[in-house]
Amino acid sequence: MTTEEKTTAAPPAPTGENPEFAQPEYRTDIRLDADEDPGDRMILNMGPQHPSTHGVLRIVLEVDGERVVRAIPDVGYLHRGKEKIGESLGYHRYIPYTDRLDYLAPLANNCSATWAFEKICGIEAPPRAQAIRTICCELARISAHLLGLGAYGMDVGAMTVFLYTFTERETLYNFFEHLTGARFTTTYTRIGGVSRDADDEWLRAVHQFVSGFDEKVDTWENLLTNNRIWRIRNEGIGVITRQMALDYGLTGPVLRASGVAYDVRKDRPYGLYDQVDFDVPVGQHGDCYDRYLVRIEEMRQSARIVKQIIDKMPDGPVLADEPKYVLPDKQGVMTGMEELIHQFMLITGEMDTPKGEVHSHTELPKGEGGYIIRSEGGAAPWRLKYRAPSFVNLQVLKDILPGVLLADIVAILGSIDFVMGECDK
Amino acid sequence: MIPLVDLAVIAAPVLGLLADVWEFFSRGPDGAVTFGWVLGRIIVVLIIVHVLLILSALMVWAERRVSAWMQDRLGPNRVGPEGLLQPLADLGKFMFKEDVIPGHTNKLMYTIAPLITVVPAMITFAVIPFTGTFEMNTAGEEAAVSWQAADLNIGVLYILAITGLGVYGITLGGWAGNSKYSLLGGVRASAQMISYELSLGLAVVPVVLICGSLNLGEIVAHQADSTWLVFSQPLAAFIFLVAIYAETNRLPFDMPEAETELVAGYHTEYSSMKFALFFMGEYVAMVTGSALLVTLFLGGWTFFGLEQLGWWMGLLIFSAKVLFFLFAFIWVRWTIPRFRYDQLMKLGWVVFLPLTLVNVVLTAGAIALDANWIYWVLPLLVIGSALGAAYIGWKQDEHKIKPLPDAPGVAGGGEEA
Repeated sequence: MTTEEKTTAAPPAPTGENPEFAQPEYRTDIRLDADEDPGDRMILNMGPQHPSTHGVLRIVLEVDGERVVRAIPDVGYLHRGKEKIGESLGYHRYIPYTDRLDYLAPLANNCSATWAFEKICGIEAPPRAQAIRTICCELARISAHLLGLGAYGMDVGAMTVFLYTFTERETLYNFFEHLTGARFTTTYTRIGGVSRDADDEWLRAVHQFVSGFDEKVDTWENLLTNNRIWRIRNEGIGVITRQMALDYGLTGPVLRASGVAYDVRKDRPYGLYDQVDFDVPVGQHGDCYDRYLVRIEEMRQSARIVKQIIDKMPDGPVLADEPKYVLPDKQGVMTGMEELIHQFMLITGEMDTPKGEVHSHTELPKGEGGYIIRSEGGAAPWRLKYRAPSFVNLQVLKDILPGVLLADIVAILGSIDFVMGECDK
Repeated sequence: MIPLVDLAVIAAPVLGLLADVWEFFSRGPDGAVTFGWVLGRIIVVLIIVHVLLILSALMVWAERRVSAWMQDRLGPNRVGPEGLLQPLADLGKFMFKEDVIPGHTNKLMYTIAPLITVVPAMITFAVIPFTGTFEMNTAGEEAAVSWQAADLNIGVLYILAITGLGVYGITLGGWAGNSKYSLLGGVRASAQMISYELSLGLAVVPVVLICGSLNLGEIVAHQADSTWLVFSQPLAAFIFLVAIYAETNRLPFDMPEAETELVAGYHTEYSSMKFALFFMGEYVAMVTGSALLVTLFLGGWTFFGLEQLGWWMGLLIFSAKVLFFLFAFIWVRWTIPRFRYDQLMKLGWVVFLPLTLVNVVLTAGAIALDANWIYWVLPLLVIGSALGAAYIGWKQDEHKIKPLPDAPGVAGGGEEA
């Protein structure tokens, strides 16, 4: 149905609103009818600047005392037009923008985007680059889960866990800094590989970190897992049934906690995931507590993956030899005329990608992150669509929030572990 | 212009009250009014007030330093040695901040609510005996002065009455703020109060039954003579401890101000010195609560005869005991998560209330039958059942999550989408 047909079929409402969005189920506010007796109910606006909405999520709540009657999540406060930026900037220049999608795991976003762009170019990164990317993805997963766990603990009142996990995140950020030159906005990957090689010292340090990681996870588990208060605050709260999770298209730990063993790393392997041995933790109840346990176990498995890859780290170049798409060596750009022109041309749009449409998806910390890219040739995609896992995962709020108490909302939000930078794109 | 008669009508009860207060405070240990005794009283009150204020400021410092120590951080360490003057700097900041009264609030309630929080917390301390007596020689008169602002015969009742008042400050503050989040905080505070206050009162009843007095000094003396009540009444002591945590709105019961749920709860709309008063009220209540617990269940200022070295020794013992519980307040706050407020209510009504009632009945029965063995059997029963419950809980604590090796995924056809 095109836009013109819609306009002829249903003229716009006098208010100027799109009539489709004037439907009650699309409204982002709740209005109590004037002639309806509100009783004990009131409208509570939670966010976008509420401390536990993790950024700028807004939830409009209709509460009866502390019990939630209706909940409408409202997103878009951090919308920056990421997809459109990609369509105008082109593949090479879009990679830095992916740092700010899920800003808790920039490396994973870099890798995810680059895998998609390589697919449209029809090239593949050399094995060593794939190995480094896989390590980066897993370290980013640990880092993101650590913050998720810490913030979750803090929301439920266990403040110290947050600081404990931040100590480990600090170590991880030092690793990122050593590898990429930046702690946060890494912009590490390039089409055809990664921007610089990982040295042995770094690999040894990371290996040491992941070898002792299980014990650190034990420390956090000691604080929370069997804590009575933690359990009564989370068990049976915010239950997402298996069917509901599948209906909403949830992915990541949220889906797996509901009992569906779907993990892109296992089911459609990319990188070096088909060469390593790891388990996919699956929950049974789909409540907050299961989501917490799934994340804890995923961190252990991530450490296991990293250890295996470092043990059999392949040698070789970290950039593919595909001059048509791959940027030249940076040292060459600084010293040689040919390389400088080559880089200039690729960056400013003299790259010609094959026509076609690809769908590439990777397992990001929050869930399945997917790119649909339609190429009509040229250096920029004709259409770039990013499937943000947080955006999809947050939709379920509307169904699981009614009936819970206000205090449960923060537990549910913490256990869904979303990032608004990614959700709002 | 108020007519003189009306003024007299108003003034008479006030003057009468003042006279009563004067008479009460100026009555010596033997009932005689002496100048030295009055002076001693005034000095003691001044000392108590200042020690309480300084201690609550130090508690803020300790809270930050201890939590930093627990979390592998440094905490405030710039202002003064080890950051000790940090509370003073914070106080200066609070004093010089603009005292905003938001336009949408009820000004009277908004202004008096912080006071209602602080004052009961402070005046509770008046009846707590924190050491023995000291000799005072004024104008040739020798007098044994008790280190206690008011040696009330109804000390326990006074405490129960006054501590209950503190919640009004929080409820009124939440209501006067006229914002939904602070209202929810105030409502939570009152719901919390009615849930723990009953158990708090009933937990003290066995103490009164055993000691046969409502006077805190006599309760301490009784414990010094026989044994600390925490040994013969562990259940009451534990429930009292938990109720104190709930009363001071500390984690795990900080629902009225749960910052991740209600932004700041009842004091969302408060700033500058009014906020500082709420803040101070919480810390003074912690000191008072710890002192109460020590007095009622842990022998007060006595320590197996060591206190006979002098009044300063009693003071040291009392301080050490109170500081331990203050440390426990901080320790617990930075370790465990927060209850949900309906869970606290359930805990209060379904668990603590029946337990304290049974405890009261058993203790009363034992006293009526003069069965001293109950003081041995009861603690053993409590400790045994606590260990049993812990064991059952331990057995139940198994991870529900098991990693599925080679889990069949959607693509593998094992799961229908």
